[in-house]
Amino acid sequence: MNALERFAVGDVEAFEPLFRQHQAEVYGWVLRIVRDPAAAEDLTVEAFWRLYQKQASLDPKGNCAAWLRRVATNLAIDHLRRVRPTEPLLAEPADVQRADGVGQQETRFAIRAAMNELSPKLRAVALLVLIEEESYTSVAESLGISLGAVKLRIFRATRILRKKLEQRGVRP
Amino acid sequence: MTDRNKRDEDLERLGETLRSAIPPIGEAELRHDLSSRILQRIEGTSRDLAHWRRRPSFVGVPWIDWALMGVAVVVMLLFPALIPALLYHL
Repeated sequence: MNALERFAVGDVEAFEPLFRQHQAEVYGWVLRIVRDPAAAEDLTVEAFWRLYQKQASLDPKGNCAAWLRRVATNLAIDHLRRVRPTEPLLAEPADVQRADGVGQQETRFAIRAAMNELSPKLRAVALLVLIEEESYTSVAESLGISLGAVKLRIFRATRILRKKLEQRGVRP
Repeated sequence: MTDRNKRDEDLERLGETLRSAIPPIGEAELRHDLSSRILQRIEGTSRDLAHWRRRPSFVGVPWIDWALMGVAVVVMLLFPALIPALLYHL
C-alpha cells in the first residue's frame, strides 16, 4: 500500500510521507507561475492543506501529483488575481542568473510590463509555455483544460503581447 | 515555408525575447522544508475543532435571535393580553 492509498483509507500518519514526496515538485511548479518564493511556499502549503481536507473523498488509486499540481495551479492563478501586477512580481529571483539577450534595462522593463498586463489566466499560460518552455500537454493537465484551450490562450496571449510590445517600441 | 512553420518560428522568436527579460526559473529548489508549516496548520485546525466541540451548543445561536427572544419576553410581560395573538402568529 502506498502513502496515498494509506492516507485515503484514513491513515493520517501517511500524510507526512505524501507531503515530503511532493512538496518540492509543487513548490517548483507554483514558483514558475507566481515567481515569488514566499508566495510559492504559502500556496504550496495551501495546496497540501486542501489535500488533507479532501482525505475522505480521495481516490486511493488516483494520481496525487497531478491532483496537487492542478489545485496548486488554480491557487497560483487566484494569487495572480489578488496581487496587483507590479514590476517585482515578475522580477527574477536573486539566485536566477540574468540572461544577456536584451541588454537594455528599459527594454526588459517594457517586456515585463507587457507580461504584467495580461490577465492572470493568460499570464499563467504564457509564463509556463513561453518562458518556462513547458509542454502544452503538461500545462493543459495542470489547468484541467483541453490542449486546444491552451493553444487558444497562447494565441491570445501572444497577440496581446506583440501589440503591447510594439506600443512600447519593442519588436519581437 | 508553411504557415505552421512560420507561426512556430514567430512563437519561438517571441519566447526568446520574453526570456531575455524574464529568465526562466526552471528547476527551483525549496529553500527549506515546509512540513512544519503544514503541521502547524493541521494542529491549529484540530485545536479549533476540539475547542468548538467543547463549546455548549447554545453559544452558536446568533445574537439577533437572542435579542428577538428577549423582546418577545418583555412584550409578553408588559402586555399579557398579547400572548394569544403572539402564539397565533408562531
